[in-house]
Amino acid sequence: MRISDAFHHKPLLIAYICAGDPSPAATPELVKRISEAGADIIELGLPHSDPVADGPTIQESSQRAIVAGMNTDTYFEVVSAAKVEIPKIFMGYYNMIYARGLEKFASDCARSGINGVIVPDLPPEEAEPLKIACQNHGVDLIFLAAPNTPQHRLERIVDQTSGFLYLVARPGVTGVRSDLLDDTKNLIARVPDGIPKAVGFGISTPEQAAEIVSAGADAVIVGSACVDLIAKGKLAELEDLIRKMKLAIEIAEKRKIPTVC
Amino acid sequence: MSGQIVYDINTKFGKYGGRFVPETLRQPLEELASAYEHLKHNDKFLSEYDFFLRDFAGRPTPLYFAKSLSRELGRKIYLKREDLVHGGAHKLNNTLGQALVAKQMGKTRLIAETGAGQHGVATAIVGACLSFETQVYMGEVDIERQKMNVFRMELLGADVIPVRSGSRTLKDAINEAFRDWSANYENTHYLLGTAAGPHPFPTMVRDFQSIIGKETREQILRAEGRLPDSIVACVGGGSNAIGIYAPFLQDKVELIAVEAGGQGIGKTNKTAENGASLNCGTNGILHGALTKILQDPYGQILESYSIAAGLDYPGVGPELAYLAEMGRVQPTMADDKIALKGFKALSQLEGIIPALESAHAVGYTLDSPEILGDLAIINISGRGDKDLATVMAHENF
Repeated sequence: MRISDAFHHKPLLIAYICAGDPSPAATPELVKRISEAGADIIELGLPHSDPVADGPTIQESSQRAIVAGMNTDTYFEVVSAAKVEIPKIFMGYYNMIYARGLEKFASDCARSGINGVIVPDLPPEEAEPLKIACQNHGVDLIFLAAPNTPQHRLERIVDQTSGFLYLVARPGVTGVRSDLLDDTKNLIARVPDGIPKAVGFGISTPEQAAEIVSAGADAVIVGSACVDLIAKGKLAELEDLIRKMKLAIEIAEKRKIPTVC
Repeated sequence: MSGQIVYDINTKFGKYGGRFVPETLRQPLEELASAYEHLKHNDKFLSEYDFFLRDFAGRPTPLYFAKSLSRELGRKIYLKREDLVHGGAHKLNNTLGQALVAKQMGKTRLIAETGAGQHGVATAIVGACLSFETQVYMGEVDIERQKMNVFRMELLGADVIPVRSGSRTLKDAINEAFRDWSANYENTHYLLGTAAGPHPFPTMVRDFQSIIGKETREQILRAEGRLPDSIVACVGGGSNAIGIYAPFLQDKVELIAVEAGGQGIGKTNKTAENGASLNCGTNGILHGALTKILQDPYGQILESYSIAAGLDYPGVGPELAYLAEMGRVQPTMADDKIALKGFKALSQLEGIIPALESAHAVGYTLDSPEILGDLAIINISGRGDKDLATVMAHENF
């Protein structure tokens, strides 16, 4: 399924896991369980030695995966083996893509059933070569915007992104937080119409997810909370979290008061 | 010189440099770049910077004719004495400049990374002098190796925050500082210690360090009536090197960059045996810039190695990567042994104990004097007191 098709049935729950944690062999089964629990899109992180946008949870997960033997070759094997109906998205740092070669990377993505690519340290200004490679292979290149992104730049990013726009909920790095900022809601409101909006960074509970959808997001991304439960081996709780978040955002969507123009 | 040097004034040196950073850091970098662009032409700012360089840091530093070393090598050798800058190294030139920029931007907190502790100390010094709250990220492994500098930073009023992620060394301390900055940019300036990282850091750090080269140029013209045949500097991230090279880029002066050869040019899965990114590295992205880095075939960053903690870094500033590719800067290496030879030689011939980093440059000239021409300058980027324990622990010294 293409990412744009998935957004025909809003709101979506997007789950992130680090591929290869706890082991490359465990990843396909994890993807399957997360999909069956109700996630609409799965993001699969390629672990990097220097994950500068990530907090401790994903840093440690990346380290475990690297130690467990994860590299870019293994990554594409594992992702190919994860056979699910929902779209799969690559998430990883630009140096790993650069080292592989952009064209080979994009073709590997297409061959292993990856529909979209998120690169947190690649701004649109530097992304033209990867964008061309992704377009050649029918893979979406998804850009990020943050609460401190100025409006003129936000509009440029919206022009560049394909699939959806990844909204960073807060300053700082990935990781579980309890509060939700007004800035996040403002950011959702600032995005021009016409592109699906997915909000991530720091969202870990059904309540937060519902709040995000009520504020106008089309999708919620949950990452560190999933990674944390996998690290603790609590897979039943992981499935439970996915189910509850999915239910919470569906209820929030139904409760939205239609805006009167 | 193999071609004309052209800089994209926006963010790049040829294809090197750029801003490969998470979106949250984009705006803080824009604000820093625009504040710096404005201040670097502002007379009041520049005279304040000059004041602190002179009365606080102790500039200008001498360009000293090294009589015995010259006799030893059969040519004229001058030493640029950055070891005499307050704090014991060239690092203060940059921390003073950036702290004054941060002041103008209304920031109240400084954060920095440090490996051996020299940049951390230089940041703690300006933090105290200019009344900032100062926090320094330092890898757990480095904290263990450099207890005295941890104490110095704390004495100067800075907090030292142990970094437990990744390899728990300098590169991870930089990652951690970027993470902090992305959450706290509103009141915080990230005072990066070398001419690496995303734009505007490589340009700004070069500019603040180019005081070394500007003084050197005047001093050598006064002493010898001509420019030198060569300038030798050690390179980790490369701030002392680009600082002394910058005013000579258009001249017929050989610019020799001595990287840490460590224990050899080998590498394993996770570690390189050297810190020689210009010599042994390949193109890649580290700490927000495209440059030469030590990496595995998949793009994972390798841990570097050098006896000199200040050269123990798996990347290098993007401008040096560019100048090396253009053939304008000549990358070379000195291994641990040669560095120790340089350390001992300068101490005994000239009565100057160089930092182990600078000792790489000295050791290289002892080994390859023929490349220097008749008149050479070595940048003594820091003093060696901090390294005595390391050198004592080393066998056969």
